[in-house]
Amino acid sequence: METAGDRGYIVPYRNFVMVWLVLICLTALLVLAGTVFHRTLSVAAMLTLTPLKAGLVFYYFMHLKYEKPFLKFAVFVALTLLTVTIAMIFLDISYR
Amino acid sequence: MSSIAHESHPTHKDYEGSKLGMWLFLFSEILLFGGLFLLYSAYRAKYPLDFHNGGQHLNTFIGVLNTVILLTSSLTVAIAVSAIQKRNRRLTLQCLSVTIVFGLLFLVNKYIEWSEEIRQGIYPNGPELLKLPDGEKIFYGLYYSMTGLHGFHVVAGLVVLAVTLVSVRRGTITETNFNRLENAGLYWHLIDVIWIFLLPLLYLAA
Repeated sequence: METAGDRGYIVPYRNFVMVWLVLICLTALLVLAGTVFHRTLSVAAMLTLTPLKAGLVFYYFMHLKYEKPFLKFAVFVALTLLTVTIAMIFLDISYR
Repeated sequence: MSSIAHESHPTHKDYEGSKLGMWLFLFSEILLFGGLFLLYSAYRAKYPLDFHNGGQHLNTFIGVLNTVILLTSSLTVAIAVSAIQKRNRRLTLQCLSVTIVFGLLFLVNKYIEWSEEIRQGIYPNGPELLKLPDGEKIFYGLYYSMTGLHGFHVVAGLVVLAVTLVSVRRGTITETNFNRLENAGLYWHLIDVIWIFLLPLLYLAA
């Protein structure tokens, strides 16, 4: 168990810079998809790239990669429940 | 009796509990914005054309610029945590300062964007907004609610970061006691994540 005196895992600066570069590239791709691509491809890009970007921030910037399994599990459960709830309500609205 | 009163006790610090508590708070924030995202999706399905037209009117350049600003501020706050762990107090202070500057820049851009829309009469109960179809009125209502609530979070995040910066400067946040900096960083990253979802929903989906 980590204690207050434990400095924990120190993430190298270059890892963060690499993740930031990927996030900027994904944003550029997203903007390109929204302006140039066909509507279907554009929506597909938004539905995949946006959660991917959020996932990178959660996993690397928010240190989830280096956290204990319990915290990873808690975040996974919270986000899954939210996604399922939104999907179920949206299905209900769509088929009314 | 007096010897007991003067006996010194080690300060109990629950590092894991503090971090878990912060994450639980973040879950409640995710639920708050999740409700707004759901509302947006439901009304977008009902008024697809109006939402398309509303989104086209927004300033995509400012939306994308603010995304780059927030992503970069997330990078600097992440580096600040690693820097304090490496006992590099100077870099920590520099990174936190840059993060605060980026946060202020985000708010300036938001001010410019809102000012232009308000000048055109597009604001809640505004003369031009009332002439628009129902779907567009709802779009702008959601636009102001979501970006306004997010902006409020940016202001709160800036206050938290400023207090953290002062604590690092005073030496109350150190390489062995940096939990407050880590939690402030988590809050700032969540603000970034929320904006990551707002960009395609409001600015790019048109």
